[in-house]
Amino acid sequence: MSIMKEEIQERHCLAALVDNEAGVLARVIGLFSGRGYNIESLTVAEVDHEGHTSRITIVTTGTPMIIEQIKAQLGRLVPVHKVVDLTVEHDSIEREMALVKVVGTGEKRVESLRLSEAFRARVIDTTHSSFIFELTGAPSKIDAFVNLMRPLGLVEVSRTGVVAIGRGASDM
Amino acid sequence: MASPQMTGAEIVVQALVDQGVDVIFGYPGGAVLPIYDALFKTDKIRHILVRHEQAAAHAAEGYARSTGKPGVFLVTSGPGATNAVTGLADALLDSIPIICLSGQVASHLIGSDAFQEADTVGITRPCTKHNWLVKRPEDLSRIMHEAFYVAKNGRPGPVVVDLPKDIQFAEAPYRGPENIAHKTYVPKLKGDLKAITQVAEMIGKAERPILYTGGGVINSGPAASQLLRELARSTGFPVTSTLMGLGAFPASDKQWLGMLGMHGTVEANYAMHDCDLMICVGARFDDRVTGRIDKFSPGSTKVHIDIDPSSINKTVHVDVPIVGDVAHVLEDLLRVWKAKGRQANKQALARWWQQIDEWRHVKCLEYKPYQDRIRPQQAIQHLYKAVKDKDIYISTEVGQHQMWAAQHFHFEDPNRWMTSGGLGTMGYGFPAAIGAQVAHPKALCIDIAGDASILMNMQEMSTAVQHDLPVKVFILNNGYMGMVRQWQELLHGGRYSHSYTEALPDFVKLAEAYGGKGLRATHPDELDDKIAEMIETPGPVLFDCVVVTEENCYPMIPSGAAHNEMLFGTEKEAHEVSEEGKILV
Ligand SMILES: Cc1ncc(C[n+]2csc(CCOP(=O)(O)OP(=O)(O)O)c2C)c(N)n1
Ligand SMILES: [Mg+2]
Repeated sequence: MSIMKEEIQERHCLAALVDNEAGVLARVIGLFSGRGYNIESLTVAEVDHEGHTSRITIVTTGTPMIIEQIKAQLGRLVPVHKVVDLTVEHDSIEREMALVKVVGTGEKRVESLRLSEAFRARVIDTTHSSFIFELTGAPSKIDAFVNLMRPLGLVEVSRTGVVAIGRGASDM
Repeated sequence: MASPQMTGAEIVVQALVDQGVDVIFGYPGGAVLPIYDALFKTDKIRHILVRHEQAAAHAAEGYARSTGKPGVFLVTSGPGATNAVTGLADALLDSIPIICLSGQVASHLIGSDAFQEADTVGITRPCTKHNWLVKRPEDLSRIMHEAFYVAKNGRPGPVVVDLPKDIQFAEAPYRGPENIAHKTYVPKLKGDLKAITQVAEMIGKAERPILYTGGGVINSGPAASQLLRELARSTGFPVTSTLMGLGAFPASDKQWLGMLGMHGTVEANYAMHDCDLMICVGARFDDRVTGRIDKFSPGSTKVHIDIDPSSINKTVHVDVPIVGDVAHVLEDLLRVWKAKGRQANKQALARWWQQIDEWRHVKCLEYKPYQDRIRPQQAIQHLYKAVKDKDIYISTEVGQHQMWAAQHFHFEDPNRWMTSGGLGTMGYGFPAAIGAQVAHPKALCIDIAGDASILMNMQEMSTAVQHDLPVKVFILNNGYMGMVRQWQELLHGGRYSHSYTEALPDFVKLAEAYGGKGLRATHPDELDDKIAEMIETPGPVLFDCVVVTEENCYPMIPSGAAHNEMLFGTEKEAHEVSEEGKILV
């Protein structure tokens, strides 16, 4: 059996616990670009200052065989402690934060504010003609909000990319 | 106990000594002068001065491949490091443990486009198993020992330690290699016993089995080769191997089918295609081996033993993956197999061997010698006969001669054969033979070369002469980049675009110019005498073996074809390479 080109593409969210050493992010990104894997989003930050570890969350797409390859390839990088597939190994929660700048006056301005309340977005900066909304949620919720803001004067979006964690009492 | 204070350069040298290194290959330059100074002051480490950093890397590979120990080489910053890149990439694809120590500009100059600055860790990141830029002198001894650990353990590979010049001067405490437990990199050696038991059961039932072995058997160490032999003997299964695995199983054994793959034997490839149980031991389903992937061994159950989880299910789906070290897994497998009473399916196996014997009768490697001109296969056979009972190490360059060597030179033991399999690096063989010769001063080390390849690292003749390394270079001189020409015949209507090597040097005079010996054979009758003369010559020799120009290497599975669609180079064979095949390399 070989890799079939028609095989379905799956979206997976992977978490990698890595040693927080110089170049570790370049290794991970180089692995993806060098081997032609997709990155939909990638986030990284130190999670244990004493232990010098960072957590990288990667959302990627590929056939089941490619997803397995990605995990194996990540796993064999020397500074990687652990790789977990949050899409299959855990029931997990994904969250993303966005800062959304909307410029406008009159009816549109009122409407954007009304919608932001429905999405539980917070206004974190305002002028007479602009708002910056802060919004947290699943990536699809942010997509929806951004799309709604488009006709209402959307000028700028900044998104963090996905962070995720498994539900329940056990750790990764 | 207080650790002794040393300079960075002294730490580097001490760490090498403590790791059991007694020889390194290298080339000096501004950014490694402190280390060269430390080398000057010690007699514990021998330094082999090469003539190009690429050769230092390949020599380290030859040293590693022929000893099972890591090879070490030292280069300066900038161009020294970039020259080493080909060797690093080569070692990565063939899983050879080598350690490259590179100089770097002083820490405070990094990023300023300083003289001979290159982003060495950036450039070598995708062609090493791991690399380090040393930022603090107190990290140096740990990183040195970690570099050896990473290079040797798990699937072996190349590593780089990049050493800024200020770090080489700075003082720091030295720590020895004891008790260095790695935080993250701990490869699994033992295979899953449930899977191993399952395989033992499959072995008992198999009707058309094959052991498909590779370089991993050799990397696992001599015990793995012994265990493979034991497994083959106690199961009666046929054995084939990749280019990288030659020697793990003795070629004189009657269960040996020869090499498989693009230029493998009929019996090996047909058996791979028709088998019902394939046990892959330390090989990686490389495209040179599988041919067309959707027609690869369609009816078999596949078992894959590999220390690298990323090798499993990479290109070919396998039914029973076993992650572990070959020797460990084979040991367990043999134990379980014996405990189960080692009952192979004898009747079915007899039928299978009958079928294999029919394929063997094709005699796919046979050729007829010519009266007045040397055929390349013949040259290899004569060389083989002359040296086979000696203590030999054989390397090759890349091209037709490499494949003829793999087909017609036969190996009984592991670590005797060094060739660039994964990267296919012309210029590999000569420095690799030099590395093997350094490790085995009394052995007969021969580079089987092509006329084009040898010119890629010809300058190393100077290294061989300087260090009294009696390496023999046996050039199958066909006046062509033969393998390129063969593909141009197959895929491009015989339009020999730039594959003719015009203005070749006179290799005999060239050898003499370097202070070595040159020999030439042009007629079959003089072959044996000239080979004997080469062997008896105490120093390095360039042997210009002038062979027929038009010979092509067969059998061959053309790109995009399956194992049972081999070409034999006969006149009547009309072959069209498929459109998909043409885009493959
Ligand atoms: C560094 C490098 N450049 C180019 C190639 C492509 N290549 C593969 S074989 C070959 C020709 C080799 O010619 P020669 O050494 O004379 O060997 P022959 O095939 O004639 O035996 C070339 C150019 C390569 N493998 N390596
Ligand atoms: Mg040639």
